[in-house]
Amino acid sequence: MRKVFGAFVVKEIKHILRDVQTLIILIGMPIVLVILFGFAVKNEVNDAKIAIIDMAKDDLSLELTHQLSASNYFILSELPGSTNQIENIFRKGDAKMAIVFEPDFANKFYKDKKASMQLIADASDPNTANILLNYAQAIIRNFQNEKNKNAHVPYLINMETKMLYNPTLKSVVYFVPGIMTIILMLISAMMTSITIAKEKEKGTMEILLASPLNPSLIVIGKVAPYIILALFNAATIIALGIWIFDMPLVGSFGLLTGEILLFILASLSLGVFISTISQTQQVAMMISLMGLLLPSILLSGFIFPLESMPKVLQAIANIIPAKWFIQILRGIMVKGVGIDFLWKQTIVLAGMTLFFIAVSIKKFKIRLE
Amino acid sequence: MNTSAPQPPFAVQVEDLVKTYAQSEALKSISFNVAHNELFGIIGPDGGGKTTLFRILTSLMLPTSGNALTYGYDVQKDYKEIRKIIGYMPGQFSLYQDLTVEENLQFFARIFGASISENYELIAEIYDHIKPFKDRRAGDLSGGMKQKLALSCALIHYPKILFLDEPTTGIDAVSRMELWSMLKSLKKKGVTIIVSTPYMDEALLCDRILLMQEGSILDSNTPKGIINNFQKQIVAIETHNNKESIKGLRRLPYLDSVHTFGYEIHATSTETIDTPQLKNDLEKMGYQDINVRNIEPTIEDCFMDLMQNNESHG
Repeated sequence: MRKVFGAFVVKEIKHILRDVQTLIILIGMPIVLVILFGFAVKNEVNDAKIAIIDMAKDDLSLELTHQLSASNYFILSELPGSTNQIENIFRKGDAKMAIVFEPDFANKFYKDKKASMQLIADASDPNTANILLNYAQAIIRNFQNEKNKNAHVPYLINMETKMLYNPTLKSVVYFVPGIMTIILMLISAMMTSITIAKEKEKGTMEILLASPLNPSLIVIGKVAPYIILALFNAATIIALGIWIFDMPLVGSFGLLTGEILLFILASLSLGVFISTISQTQQVAMMISLMGLLLPSILLSGFIFPLESMPKVLQAIANIIPAKWFIQILRGIMVKGVGIDFLWKQTIVLAGMTLFFIAVSIKKFKIRLE
Repeated sequence: MNTSAPQPPFAVQVEDLVKTYAQSEALKSISFNVAHNELFGIIGPDGGGKTTLFRILTSLMLPTSGNALTYGYDVQKDYKEIRKIIGYMPGQFSLYQDLTVEENLQFFARIFGASISENYELIAEIYDHIKPFKDRRAGDLSGGMKQKLALSCALIHYPKILFLDEPTTGIDAVSRMELWSMLKSLKKKGVTIIVSTPYMDEALLCDRILLMQEGSILDSNTPKGIINNFQKQIVAIETHNNKESIKGLRRLPYLDSVHTFGYEIHATSTETIDTPQLKNDLEKMGYQDINVRNIEPTIEDCFMDLMQNNESHG
């Protein structure tokens, strides 16, 4: 039995190595993606144009304005008059965000212990808007803490920030887990579904079925080499992230490897499932791209934050393995948390894997259509 | 394997086999048997149900109704047993084109738990033809060599029954003859061979044949038996323009069937054909260089006649 399995794996490795074009794409793509995201598609924002509408014009508002402009993130411009100008400057693209001080800002801050500001961002580019808001919130919060040092009763500018773990907003933290997820999915799910569909399309499945081979052996023998390829790519991405872009790797390396293997298995089971419902390579590729990769990119939190999505989409995101895996990766790599924080995501992924293996076994045909 | 198990009465036993697809009826209740160590031919035009029949007998497809036993095993229940003892070569070339000749053979030997050396004696005659190209990728072989490699791969585990679906389609005449002589020597080594072909002249090379058309069996007999059963008179006709004169011949009321046959036209009749009269009739229609002679029917004449009758009844 082991001999038969070995023959299968050797054959599959030969298929992979002899299709040089595909191999170059598979090995080159993660490198290109990481470098592209790292250098070109930056989520960081520098020198963003910000409009200040200061209706207080007191010491405190000027001081805070000064601090905002002292950071490298913003270029401030004073906008005289009222808030109804904001829409206008957003339309012209003269500013990405407006910061409004209420009248009597200093008085309210010192006497009422509570002052208000408005941060209005141009949300036509939600990513940038989100980042700018977070930058500004961080600065204002710092400012408020500074003032509170000498106070007995705390002064308050009611601001919140979500940038707990990534104060400098390094984008590498966001795109490395995302790229890793997409690449692993591409290799483990799409490539395996295509390679199995190819046996059907070329008629070789007919001979394999007419042989005494156990169907599960056919499938396992075909997908096993892709585990190696996927692991190799995962290592490449992590290495590039760490060495070129100073990506942190705070958590346990062993746990990270284990979770990556789990996600590869989940993707392989998805790939096998897709192959059972497609007769040709083309169909397998379309199902993988539209049914798997696209939702994995859109609904996993890789590019678009899930928190800002409608509830319906957030619910749908729960059935997408990529969402859970990205949470796991960010947890281990950035926050340095262990399995005690990630057991829920791990169980979800393991459950999905078992489910798709079971469905695939049930759907795998021991005969032709 | 189970060499000690008693041999079933027939290599293949088919009873009232029906296969219907959503749109069409591929097999219309057919029954036949194949004896052990027979070289059994299934002859018929494309779309006649040959491939469907092969897939059912190799357990790759389920029949709609009826029974089929391959080496005594039920094609539905005992599919695992069947897959251990058959060799199958599908109509479409189904080897790995990016693997070399030798790698393909090695792979198929391994998945059947065999080794090339232990059964080499069976494939030696075939494989010797392609051995000089053993490091060439299967996709780069010529049509005839591809078939020899596919045949080697189907035989490497020494099957009891070999199923060949149209092995001679699309290969040159020399390779066709080589392939048939290989089948003859495989038969001597005890393998039962069931082979399908659309070429009627290949029927003569089989021990027994089954003529299939549109999912029905037209006749089943030895090639000789089929020719002996042919009761009609047959003549060969040649004129200066066969294409035109065939139309004239079809208008003659005393002729039964008329069809081209190589450079000639063959015409049949249930009554005795008066050859001078036929020549006269053709001359009256304006054809020249007319040559009419009585001939013995060939197997193809028998098939054409059987198929024509089947069409007029259906």
